[in-house]
Amino acid sequence: MNTQALDGPKPLVEARDVRKRFGANLVLRGIDLRVERGQVMCLLGPSGSGKSTFLRCINHLEWVDGGRIYVDGELMGYHEHGGRARQMKPSQIAAQRRSIGMVFQRFNLFPHLTALENIVEAPVGVARRSKADARTRGMELLERVGLTDRAGMYPAQLSGGQQQRVAIARALAMDPKLMLFDEPTSALDPELVGDVLNVMRDLAKSGMTMIVVTHEIGFAREVADQVVFMDDGIVVESGAPTDVISNPRHGRTKTFLDSVL
Amino acid sequence: MTDEIATAKKPSRLTPDERTAAGTHDVAATPLRHPGRWVAAAVLIALCTGWMFSLWHNPNIEHLTIADFLFDGRIVQGVLFTVALTGCAMVLATTLAILLAVMRLSANPVLRVMSWAYTWFFRGTPLLVQIVFWGYLGLLYQELTLGIPFTSIQFASADTNAIVTPFVAGLLALGMNEAAYASEIVRAGLLSVDHGNVEAAHSLGMSPAYTLRRIVLPQAMRVIIPPMGNETISMLKNTALLQLIAVPELYTQTSWISAQNLRQVELLIVASAWYLVLTSVLSVPQYYLERRYGRGTNRSLPLTPWQRARRLVGQVRTRVAQVAHTDARTEGEA
Repeated sequence: MNTQALDGPKPLVEARDVRKRFGANLVLRGIDLRVERGQVMCLLGPSGSGKSTFLRCINHLEWVDGGRIYVDGELMGYHEHGGRARQMKPSQIAAQRRSIGMVFQRFNLFPHLTALENIVEAPVGVARRSKADARTRGMELLERVGLTDRAGMYPAQLSGGQQQRVAIARALAMDPKLMLFDEPTSALDPELVGDVLNVMRDLAKSGMTMIVVTHEIGFAREVADQVVFMDDGIVVESGAPTDVISNPRHGRTKTFLDSVL
Repeated sequence: MTDEIATAKKPSRLTPDERTAAGTHDVAATPLRHPGRWVAAAVLIALCTGWMFSLWHNPNIEHLTIADFLFDGRIVQGVLFTVALTGCAMVLATTLAILLAVMRLSANPVLRVMSWAYTWFFRGTPLLVQIVFWGYLGLLYQELTLGIPFTSIQFASADTNAIVTPFVAGLLALGMNEAAYASEIVRAGLLSVDHGNVEAAHSLGMSPAYTLRRIVLPQAMRVIIPPMGNETISMLKNTALLQLIAVPELYTQTSWISAQNLRQVELLIVASAWYLVLTSVLSVPQYYLERRYGRGTNRSLPLTPWQRARRLVGQVRTRVAQVAHTDARTEGEA
């Protein structure tokens, strides 16, 4: 089972034959992917191709029906005993999720908390850090996303782009090893997309491992180390952006890129 | 408020261009008259005054008796008892309601059915019957024991009537009945919270219990509080039903007194006056709770009554100053 020790440094994320179905609908039909430490992987593909579902399987927001996902060598959502897997308890899954940050299409900020309170909630309540430390770190993160002056505002008082940047800061506050982005700019007005992409670009430069589901081909070309094109629940092709985006080998990839670009 | 009304009245029907053409900023039109409104108001005031007059001069009401008993020791004791009962019963009901709502939304079918059955039973039988039932619990179980079912192991045992005093019986009856209604209110509140928020909380590593306590419930409160305010007011009035099992609350006290002095009407007025005072007072904490849990949904918080009063005083003051100013000017011109 354990081949990771053999081929040099472990990848941060490794998916093996991941399958997922919703009722009769096969959403993922065997996904194999690896993301190395510090790499940025962009998942492209038409809607319904399973990219968001795959992303949600990584931090176990969805159960997988088959296959395995390892993050930093740990099997997500299951205990392994002699080749057999047992479901974890919710508290154990919660513990695993702490090292994985996630940013959603619809921001999902907590509306009853201010920007800073949104960021501080998990470090204080879950990671048991002191309030003062968490607030200092929270303000640093708000500075990083350029929103120091909005610390005391409620989500309803912020624009979409500002909400998404707070959401990124909130995910970073738990000091994750891995960041998942689920179409982070799809719900934004076009003129607000740039600010969010800039924050993500800086984050990639700082060496954060990121998996990004996106329709921003320009961003993928510029920032990604690896681009994966998915369609109908399988990986159609993957590789460097210069290969997949500029020189797609498969017809399906070409058709998709033509329609998006 | 006053600001908005004042500005709302100002705009005329002319567009700014027409207004400049007419060379004026105010339109000199006679306001529409509403004689019907004046007549209706006059008739109603006359009727009410007449009724008040007849009450005041009714020889069957001894006003002094009302005054005597309004702050009578037994009545005040009854008021305190009513308040305590309402408070305790609502705490019991809310706790049970949250439990029932969470059970109803759980993945476990046994818990779901139990919660449904509880609501079905306690909503489906009259409150009065439930009260009497709890009052006569001693007829069903002479002794209450704490132990393991189907074994002879017993940890504690006591006489039912010693544990389930009239107060406890009343508390259980009101609290458990209310829980059935409140659980539906809580459930509606929980369902009103965006599921994306739950996912975000989970993605941050929050456990289901933590997510419920810190993320879902505080948001659900905004939806829960207005109907729960209603429920608290009906709970306060329903405590009067406990007269039936001799719980010494407000209405029981008045009925005991009137049984002695035969001044039923006067004591009913005393009781009604107190119930009105208590229900009025209850709307104050509700207002503040709604304000607290409304944070984040309104772009700006509504003012507290105190803040509003201060603002009104400020506005009246500036207006008085303005009027005084223009008066002085017109006098000067004259």
